Amino acid sequence: MTTLQTVRLNGADREVAAGSTLRDLVSDLTGHVLRDDGSRVDGGRLGIAAALGGAVVPRSRWAVYTVADGDEVEIVTAVQGG
Amino acid sequence: MSLTAQAAVVDPFVVAGEQFSSRLIMGTGGATSLSLLENALIESATEITTVAIRRFAPEARDSVFAMLDRLGIRALPNTAGCYTARDAVLTAQLAREALETDWVKLEVIADEETLLPDPVELFRASEELVASGFRVFAYTNDDPALARRLEDVGVTAVMPAGSPIGSGLGILNPHNIETIVSRAAVPVILDAGVGTASDAALAMELGVDAVLLASAVTRAQDPARMARAMRAAVYAGRLARAAGRIPRRPLALASSAADGLISARPSEADL
Repeated sequence: MTTLQTVRLNGADREVAAGSTLRDLVSDLTGHVLRDDGSRVDGGRLGIAAALGGAVVPRSRWAVYTVADGDEVEIVTAVQGG
Repeated sequence: MSLTAQAAVVDPFVVAGEQFSSRLIMGTGGATSLSLLENALIESATEITTVAIRRFAPEARDSVFAMLDRLGIRALPNTAGCYTARDAVLTAQLAREALETDWVKLEVIADEETLLPDPVELFRASEELVASGFRVFAYTNDDPALARRLEDVGVTAVMPAGSPIGSGLGILNPHNIETIVSRAAVPVILDAGVGTASDAALAMELGVDAVLLASAVTRAQDPARMARAMRAAVYAGRLARAAGRIPRRPLALASSAADGLISARPSEADL
């Protein structure tokens, strides 16, 4: 049985499997399958950035960052503005 | 070749070492739908547009990001909504990662009511971002002294506000804009406050290198038509600036020759 933990994702609590990486979270949220370097398997541009505890994590490192219970994760993109 | 296309060949807009044909930068804010926005962007002929950075919302998958990719318009991410240098720097870092660009339109706002830049936080954030390799397009007050300080720390362009964001009040202090232009060695882009085409033309006549606007188009009754008007106005203002306007005079100066006037009244010799 998978153990669950709770992270704060974009300001809301979210239960994720223990051992989930930042890449798993981005993939779940966006619906895109990602390679180890954080790029999309289908070749399209992702247009996403992620921060953990207020610090930006480069996409090339998403796959090695395992999230822990209580982590604050922000996953952002470009929207209309300015 | 259209008139505006001809102008681009001989008079490109150069910023951050890159050349653009269009001196109009139309932002994406304020549009009620993506399709209205797309039509307006196309009509404006903009090659650069602004976007904001926000939390990813799964329900909004038909994204502005994908649209700009499709249209081949370069995204200039902004730090809209940031009130401190700290937040603006983090937002810029996220934007760099998300959009793979080191360009950032730096906005650090003083208060919600005026949305005017906070000079102190803006200056701090500019220093920090320039030091970490960003190309900073600094949204600033129409203050010639601050514009110069920003240039000194190495911003790529200074972007003075004509009037508050979204106000449509036009250019409240044309003299300050002219002063900023006359002393700047980096491109000056008028940003914010444009309400209609004549405001954009005036900005160009004052000598700015480009005009950035969004609400004036996206909130117009017919955004695509207003986008076309802005494109023509920016072009007209640029031409007028280069052509050199006549000096202002207190009284009239006839443009028809006085020589050879007919005599409608009896002259003294007839009396």
